[in-house]
Amino acid sequence: MDAPQAAPLARPGGAPPHDAGGTGREDAGVLRGLRARRRRRLLVSGAAIAAAVVIAFVVTLSVGARPVAPLDVLAALTGSASPGTELVVLRLRLPRALTALLVGTALGLAGALFQRLLRNRLASPDIIGISAGASAAAVAGTVLLGLSATGVSVAAVLGALATTALILALTHRDGLHGVRFVLVGVGIGSGLLAVVSFLMIRASLTSAQENLVWLTGSVNQADWSRTVPLTVACAALVPAALVLARALPRLELGDDTATALGLPVGRVRLALIAVGVLLVAAAVAAAGPVSFVALVCGPLATRAAGPGRGSLPHAAGIGALLVLASDLVARYLVADVALPVGVVTGAIGAPYLLLLLARARTRGTT
Amino acid sequence: MTALRDTQAAAVPGRRGRVRRTALLLVVLLAGAVAASMLVGAGHLPPAVVADALFGDGPVTPQSLVVTDVRLPRTVLAVLAGAALGVAGVLAQGMTRNPIAEPGLLGLNSGAALAVVLAIGLFGVSTLTGYVWFGFAGAALAAVVVGGVAGIGRSGTVSPAALALAGAAVAAGLGSVITVFLLTNPALFDDYRFWQVGSVAGRDLSIAAQAAPFIVAGLVIALTCGPRLNALALGDDVARSFGRRPGADRLVCGIALVLLAGAATAAAGPIAFVGLAVPHLLRGLTGPDHRTLLPLALPAGPALLLLADVLGRVVIPPGEVQAGVVTAVIGAPLFVALVRRRRVVR
Repeated sequence: MDAPQAAPLARPGGAPPHDAGGTGREDAGVLRGLRARRRRRLLVSGAAIAAAVVIAFVVTLSVGARPVAPLDVLAALTGSASPGTELVVLRLRLPRALTALLVGTALGLAGALFQRLLRNRLASPDIIGISAGASAAAVAGTVLLGLSATGVSVAAVLGALATTALILALTHRDGLHGVRFVLVGVGIGSGLLAVVSFLMIRASLTSAQENLVWLTGSVNQADWSRTVPLTVACAALVPAALVLARALPRLELGDDTATALGLPVGRVRLALIAVGVLLVAAAVAAAGPVSFVALVCGPLATRAAGPGRGSLPHAAGIGALLVLASDLVARYLVADVALPVGVVTGAIGAPYLLLLLARARTRGTT
Repeated sequence: MTALRDTQAAAVPGRRGRVRRTALLLVVLLAGAVAASMLVGAGHLPPAVVADALFGDGPVTPQSLVVTDVRLPRTVLAVLAGAALGVAGVLAQGMTRNPIAEPGLLGLNSGAALAVVLAIGLFGVSTLTGYVWFGFAGAALAAVVVGGVAGIGRSGTVSPAALALAGAAVAAGLGSVITVFLLTNPALFDDYRFWQVGSVAGRDLSIAAQAAPFIVAGLVIALTCGPRLNALALGDDVARSFGRRPGADRLVCGIALVLLAGAATAAAGPIAFVGLAVPHLLRGLTGPDHRTLLPLALPAGPALLLLADVLGRVVIPPGEVQAGVVTAVIGAPLFVALVRRRRVVR
């Protein structure tokens, strides 16, 4: 993907020579070459991910009980297909495909954001208890208060926010220590999950089963009433996250240096956490806590794009691709049963996390 | 080891007396907890009625049935499971030299859970004797995976973050597999959701009787583990210089751990944090010697689990909260408090 032989260290038609002495000129040339190479890698990998997302999106719209040819899908999207095809594609399948796309985008972006902010590859919202908080609030909403779909979404958002506030309050004492943040989150998460299993036995079997699907993370029930709020939230939050993320390279220099560079460290960090949590909350409200997507996207994006700013959009794209593809697998894994997408992401994500941990241990960086 | 023991005893002159007092305190606490478990419940029964139902030879009445068929079995099961979990916690923390280790975090619960689901769903096993073997296999397998990933076999020192995350990863991955079975089989799901909450209620005496041999075997092995754990606590190199074989010691402790946690989980469902709390409470009372921690965990674990169970009966009348939920809701803040102490994290 990164095609090293196609990226010479110095661009042949580079800037005009600068008479500043031999070594300086060579260094500048090397640096320019590296930048060019990095830009090319960003573009190539970004284009590949984007293409894969588009293909997965079109496939999601075209397969099902009534298959629609990919060209007809495109025709339906541009409004020039037969009414029957338009009904299937736009009314029935588009909400699901769009939900999967946006949920993946939001989780991938939020996961990468948390990982860079806490400087810990394991600090993703589903590990640190934020998803557990959303789950507990949502299940409490259905079982104790009998909330409807919209109410559950609101409860999930509030649960995620409250849990994050709690973890922050408990770990803020000495700055944002990545490992402690993760561990406190794990502890709070396990307490909240016990509350969830308690609520599950107070529910009727039907309600418990609906909750089980939701808790696993599913886009099966997607309809416009859930997809529209998700779309609006993503339209606001994704650009906000990308703009705020411009501060990340300075934050990564350490608090003192960043402050010296004129960055209001505390406020920027809080804003980044807030945007990350809201992204997670929007995704969970629409589809439930789809596990491991947030965790794996950051490292995969770094692998595709190299470290740095470019990896955040890549993480978002990989998230979208992952949820779309996992949903396709989940639909056809067991005949006649539409499994929730979280079953597939969990089954892929857990071995991946274990691999990550085993490698981190041998390098002594956990 | 004799030399080591002498120096330890000499270093702490008042230690023996403190251990004796603590043991007495714990036994009294346990007796109180057992009494509370027999006396407290949805319906009020006077102590005389309870005593008569247990020891008298009067006629069988509805009240005496409540005592013999409801309160007695759950008390017995809580004592067995509590002892198993408390001792398992001492083993887990000693083996990994890690203050936040406990059977649940080591993935034992989720391994046992998946195995129980497979036993019910695939093989149609419906008795606990059937589950127990599956529970062990699952618990052992999960322990091997989590332990291997977190690196228990290598140096004996395990980073708290690696341990917690490996446990969380195994739990989430196995959870996905479990979900596939639960979603395709509603009857299985209905059984599972009541098992997975972790409770000592609603299980008759035969369950306790079936789990008992495994728990007793685990406890017997565990009680020989005091010197082994003390040696492991010194680090592998020092332990070797005392003539110990750390690998063998870890294996024996691991077998006891899997027996105890596997049987307790198969019988009562996953009960969190008892294994975490007991060793910390005891270390605070008598110091870090595993030869005293292990026997003291025998009364401490059951006392804790019984009190959690009794608390769950009275907290939201007329319903009740399962013991596993009470221990998790109390245990999570304890865990957070431990993590916030600087010592745990670097």
